[in-house]
Amino acid sequence: MSIRIFVPSDTTARSLGADQIATLIQAEALSRGIDITLVRNGSRGLLWLEPLIEIETDNGRLGFGPVTSNDVQTLFEQNFYLGQTQHTLCVGLVEQIPYLKNQQRLTFSRAGITDPLSLDDYLEHDGYTGLDNALIMTGQQIVDEVKTSGLRGRGGAAFPTGIKWQTVLDTPDEQKYIVCNADEGDSGTFADRLVMECDPFMLIEGMTIAGLAVGATQGYIYLRSEYPIAHQILTKATETAYQHGYLGSNIRGSQKHFNLEVRLGAGAYICGEETSLLDSLEGKRGLVRAKPPLPAIVGLFGKPTVVNNVLSLAAIPYILNKGGQAYADYGVGRSRGTMPIQLTGNVKYGGLVELAFGISLNKLMNDFGGGTRSGRPLKAVQVGGPLGAYLPENQWDTIIDYEAFSSEQAVLGHGGVVMFDDSVDMGDQARFAMEFCKVESCGKCTPCRIGSTRGVEVIDRIRAGERTESNWQLLEDLCETMVDGSLCAMGSMTPIPVQSVMKFFPDELRHERQE
Amino acid sequence: MKTPGQWQMKNVREIIQQLKEKPGALLPVLHAIQQYIGHIPDNVVPVIADEMLLTRAEVHGVISFYAHFHNHPTGQNIVEICRGEACQSVGCRQLEKHAKNTLNIDYQQTTDCGSITLEPVYCLGNCATGPSIRINDDIHGRVTPERFDELMENCRQHLQEAG
Repeated sequence: MSIRIFVPSDTTARSLGADQIATLIQAEALSRGIDITLVRNGSRGLLWLEPLIEIETDNGRLGFGPVTSNDVQTLFEQNFYLGQTQHTLCVGLVEQIPYLKNQQRLTFSRAGITDPLSLDDYLEHDGYTGLDNALIMTGQQIVDEVKTSGLRGRGGAAFPTGIKWQTVLDTPDEQKYIVCNADEGDSGTFADRLVMECDPFMLIEGMTIAGLAVGATQGYIYLRSEYPIAHQILTKATETAYQHGYLGSNIRGSQKHFNLEVRLGAGAYICGEETSLLDSLEGKRGLVRAKPPLPAIVGLFGKPTVVNNVLSLAAIPYILNKGGQAYADYGVGRSRGTMPIQLTGNVKYGGLVELAFGISLNKLMNDFGGGTRSGRPLKAVQVGGPLGAYLPENQWDTIIDYEAFSSEQAVLGHGGVVMFDDSVDMGDQARFAMEFCKVESCGKCTPCRIGSTRGVEVIDRIRAGERTESNWQLLEDLCETMVDGSLCAMGSMTPIPVQSVMKFFPDELRHERQE
Repeated sequence: MKTPGQWQMKNVREIIQQLKEKPGALLPVLHAIQQYIGHIPDNVVPVIADEMLLTRAEVHGVISFYAHFHNHPTGQNIVEICRGEACQSVGCRQLEKHAKNTLNIDYQQTTDCGSITLEPVYCLGNCATGPSIRINDDIHGRVTPERFDELMENCRQHLQEAG
């Protein structure tokens, strides 16, 4: 019987040579006369082990990683394909690796196990059971199930998904839309990318269910152009879903319709803001719109529109399969379900950790992350993307929970955790926050457009020792103006990382580091 | 990528006509034209405006808003260095400096030989294995200065092979 060998096809594995390794494995097997079936699976999210090559054995899948193309020869010499474990890269049975075993994977239950482009794989692993249930429910019943789950928007704003859907359901119109926000621009986040590259049918299923719930027949995935591999995989998966009657008219013989198109952004961070995204989808500059009206009432092309993040929509198939209560049974307080945390930056074991809300940041960074990659002391942690606070050591006990983070003037956002060791210059980081806003501001409102430019200048003056005290005061005022006066979260949150540096690392902002 | 003269306006019109009925078609149209020509030359702006019943200002406004669209020819390879915080924490500032020094260009510039255009990018989603760069549609992780030099050498060789 043919031996199944798995080589991941996601961006991270490929960025470390997975394609070349796949080619070498095939060539080596051919020259040795070994019958193998090479599967390009998704990633397990254990990214420090990528490329993580797996072999199917009677006991489960055996892993080898991180493999480089130089290792392929020795892997064969040591009979890795027969399940021999003596190679130094052998990590044992993959599902027994504590990093993976200690997670609670609801959304990422299939990631890395299946071939992302195989509909059969998807169906064999519980795929489309949620849709089957939704097809025999009313829109209101589906929305109620989502409300029961307690799911809140995973893009960062944490607005209750069920309530958003209810608004769209209750707004009568012949045309409504489901828009998936796949403009995952926050540095330190890649969970959306993993969903799209490792389990695209889950997102398609979630959007289809959303369409059934609110009465929308057209969906768009607005994908950032920085994700070329996700684009290829999503496009192919969408075609397959159409071919097999999971998209289009008369879905699974139900007389219900849902069409889906993948649209590519063009390198603008602001288009992750939902109203800017809608303008971009309409073919315009991605300028932020004033709210109200809410997109749920006046959204894409002026029609009622659900705009949800990839992770929110990806949670839907589970909720409709197992029930909203099963999802709500995970979590703490008002943060229900699981949160896919992304451990990134200067981290030893970087990757995706999906757990119920309630674990402490410290536990994540140490028990899972294993500390810094450099081995130097950890100094600061930025959670929630470029608009998130830099947390000093005394805040690392904060638990992963929307309310716990906001009580620390921090944001959980999309769940990205970026770790910095003691070589970081926090003054540089504060400056970068303003610089980033200067580059990415849509320009519509003054506090954001001009405030960010002035912010960079004021920080430069402070760091050059120019009238430090009065410029410090000016920076405080500027931050306040941006928070209070900006139209959207870009301008109003840019001060968060700056203020956290001013509060917790003031000396590094006052004085330029001496090399 | 095409040099001037290797593309034809009638093909541009065809691209526009194929896509313009899509709701909100301008971004798909611009992507398709950039895919065809390599950039979006100024003289196609009036054609797009004409075909899509938009003003030139609207079309120009969209092209200039998005970092991904270029209104001038780029090098054979577009090399993007990730400037996101996750990459900063593992040395992208040093990599950035190294790249500018060794290529002898700044961001948004092209090497004299025409093989490389350097661009900043704000996150490639490869944040656990940075510093990351993107060369056309290929993303590379854990890029040290030495690895960067190797990759740039490949870019130059491809250009030489292509003549």
